[in-house]
Amino acid sequence: MSILSIRNLHVSVGNSEILNGISLEIGPGEIHAIMGPNGSGKSTLSYVLAGRDGYEVTAGSIDFKNKNLLELEADERANEGVFLAFQYPVEVPGVTGMTFLREAYNANLRYHGREDADAMQFLKLVRSKAKKLNMGDDMLKRPVNAGFSGGEKKRNEILQMAVLEPELAILDETDSGLDIDALKLVADGVNGLRSPQRSMLIITHYQRLLNYIEPDYVHVLAQGKIQRSGGKELALELELKGYAEFGSEAGK
Amino acid sequence: MPIDSKTANQVQNLEVDKYKYGFVTDIEMETAPKGLNENIIRFISAKKEEPKWLLEWRLKAYNHWLTMEEPNWAKVGYDPIDYQELYYYAAPKALDRPKSLDEVDPELLKTYEKLGIPLKEQELLSGVVAVDAVFDSVSVATTYKAKLTEMGVIFCSISEAVREYPELVKKYLGSVVPYSDNYFATLNSAVFTDGSFVYVPKGLRCPMELSTYFRINAENTGQFERTLIIVDEGAYVSYLEGCTAPQRDENQLHAAIVELIALDDSEIKYSTVQNWYPGDENGTGGIYNFVTKRGACRGKNSKISWTQVETGSAVTWKYPSCLLQGDNSVGEFYSVAITNNAQQADTGTKMIHIGKNTRSTIISKGISAGRADNTYRGLVKVMPKANGARNYTQCDSLLIGNKCGAHTVPYIETRNPSARIEHEATTSKISDDQMFYCKQRGLSPEDAVSLIVNGFCKEVMKELPMEFAVEAQKLIGISLEGSVG
Repeated sequence: MSILSIRNLHVSVGNSEILNGISLEIGPGEIHAIMGPNGSGKSTLSYVLAGRDGYEVTAGSIDFKNKNLLELEADERANEGVFLAFQYPVEVPGVTGMTFLREAYNANLRYHGREDADAMQFLKLVRSKAKKLNMGDDMLKRPVNAGFSGGEKKRNEILQMAVLEPELAILDETDSGLDIDALKLVADGVNGLRSPQRSMLIITHYQRLLNYIEPDYVHVLAQGKIQRSGGKELALELELKGYAEFGSEAGK
Repeated sequence: MPIDSKTANQVQNLEVDKYKYGFVTDIEMETAPKGLNENIIRFISAKKEEPKWLLEWRLKAYNHWLTMEEPNWAKVGYDPIDYQELYYYAAPKALDRPKSLDEVDPELLKTYEKLGIPLKEQELLSGVVAVDAVFDSVSVATTYKAKLTEMGVIFCSISEAVREYPELVKKYLGSVVPYSDNYFATLNSAVFTDGSFVYVPKGLRCPMELSTYFRINAENTGQFERTLIIVDEGAYVSYLEGCTAPQRDENQLHAAIVELIALDDSEIKYSTVQNWYPGDENGTGGIYNFVTKRGACRGKNSKISWTQVETGSAVTWKYPSCLLQGDNSVGEFYSVAITNNAQQADTGTKMIHIGKNTRSTIISKGISAGRADNTYRGLVKVMPKANGARNYTQCDSLLIGNKCGAHTVPYIETRNPSARIEHEATTSKISDDQMFYCKQRGLSPEDAVSLIVNGFCKEVMKELPMEFAVEAQKLIGISLEGSVG
């Protein structure tokens, strides 16, 4: 049984169709990688799943845990367990990482009809998870993403994921802008969150990340469609051959 | 990317009517006849058993007021005020002058309880805040009086101070804001009814926060309170002021004066959370808040710090200022002004550098939503003798939606070549990226806006005393409900 079921999804932005007929089934605990050239619609897919405004679904459906995901607002989707690790994490000036995490965590508890978390216990929880990502208290005290390096921003995304414990994590180009050490740290963080209760959709341009986070399935997205699916060996093949065979977008 | 119109509209359509302090207390009132003339002033003065000099001072102010015109330079618009249609004195009847809290009308105690200001001392936060509660025209209760008296701190209503400490009042009343200062200050000088008086003796660091809670209840009543705070050499006080009013369709006038005097090596920290009724989403009703607040750093090394969180009122016209007279004196102004729906605020500060090596800091955060207009207006003036004067000003505006306005009008006037003055200003919008990021983490649109705005205001919020900070944080969320999404 799938946790996420995308059927014949068509999405337009303005007048141009970006996705034209994507179908994808993700089972519990599975890790799927979506690879593709620039402009193939990878980020659009992640935004549509997360419920960002400005993307019009013209046909098809998305079910998450047997609920129609498209009927839910972005915050409802998040509280249902959809998490998007942003390609470009956003700065929230003046709001410390700790405050941001607490607000998000409590919003989630309230959504499920529960009381806010005890402040001290929550602090402990966050500290222990931050430690695993080599993040100290100073990073939690700084405003969210403000003045963070690329690596810090991505680690911060993974920390949020670790604290919010989503059932579906979408990692949008999490490897972009990372040097090899930062990449390993982030990958270790993600691997530590692998669990039978957590599915992941890893969106990436390069095969590199998949050396560290091994997917169960690899899909090639090009020209708004999944062109090929296979196991992790598909990623290696792409690394050798590039995306040329999947169409003209690859050159961009 | 700026917030899109869809979000802005959603915001507008959310429930607006969130003013939880809008209730009316049903209590028998004694009022002076409607309107303003010399007899009314005599009536007020007699009611308060004032000495002759004060009555004469009031009459002088009144006669001067008659020659003045209402100012119109602020960027606010409102219907003309008919000063003859207002009541200038309203007091709860049963309550002529309660000697202790036990004598206070239980209805009134209930009112303050509902406002979250318990006046019964045992219920107060373990004795860290003493409260003077002003209900319409009179002070109804001051808590912890005995304890403060023991330390030599005078904290009472100004009416009481006039009776009990006339020499102090006579010496300092009008010494920072003269009766002829401006239209509303002059009106206040003629008709002020009550307010708080504080004197902190030499060398004492007042261990309690002193707090006044202003409540307008009666209909068509102007509230003209007057606060006078004197901090003697080497002393310190932190003073808090809170304000609410019932929800009424008519506009109510609030024209207060606050005068602060800081002597050598003393410090005054004055914090305001102003939450007068702002009117409804169409701009009907609400308080006209025309207030003159000024502090004089009279002594060397003295310091006055104004922190204000302004969320209420239909129209705000207010410039808490510092006269930096003493050498090495310091003036600070930290402000958050939020306007939503049809609210208008024209607020800022004046820092007048007179003494040598005087320093001032201005941090202003203006947030505008709905159709509101928010103006920062400030003056930094360096006098010829103020060698080494320094000022740093930072004005940040945040816009929510596309029908509101933010304006920054800084005046800088320097007559001393050694002065250093810096001014920074920014205007920004809550971006769709920020909203989506917060929502993707599970925050509702309202919570997201509240979080982003609180972050924007952080530099000011951290200046508030703890007791106030939490309340102010919530208030920011509430004020923006219905206008942001």
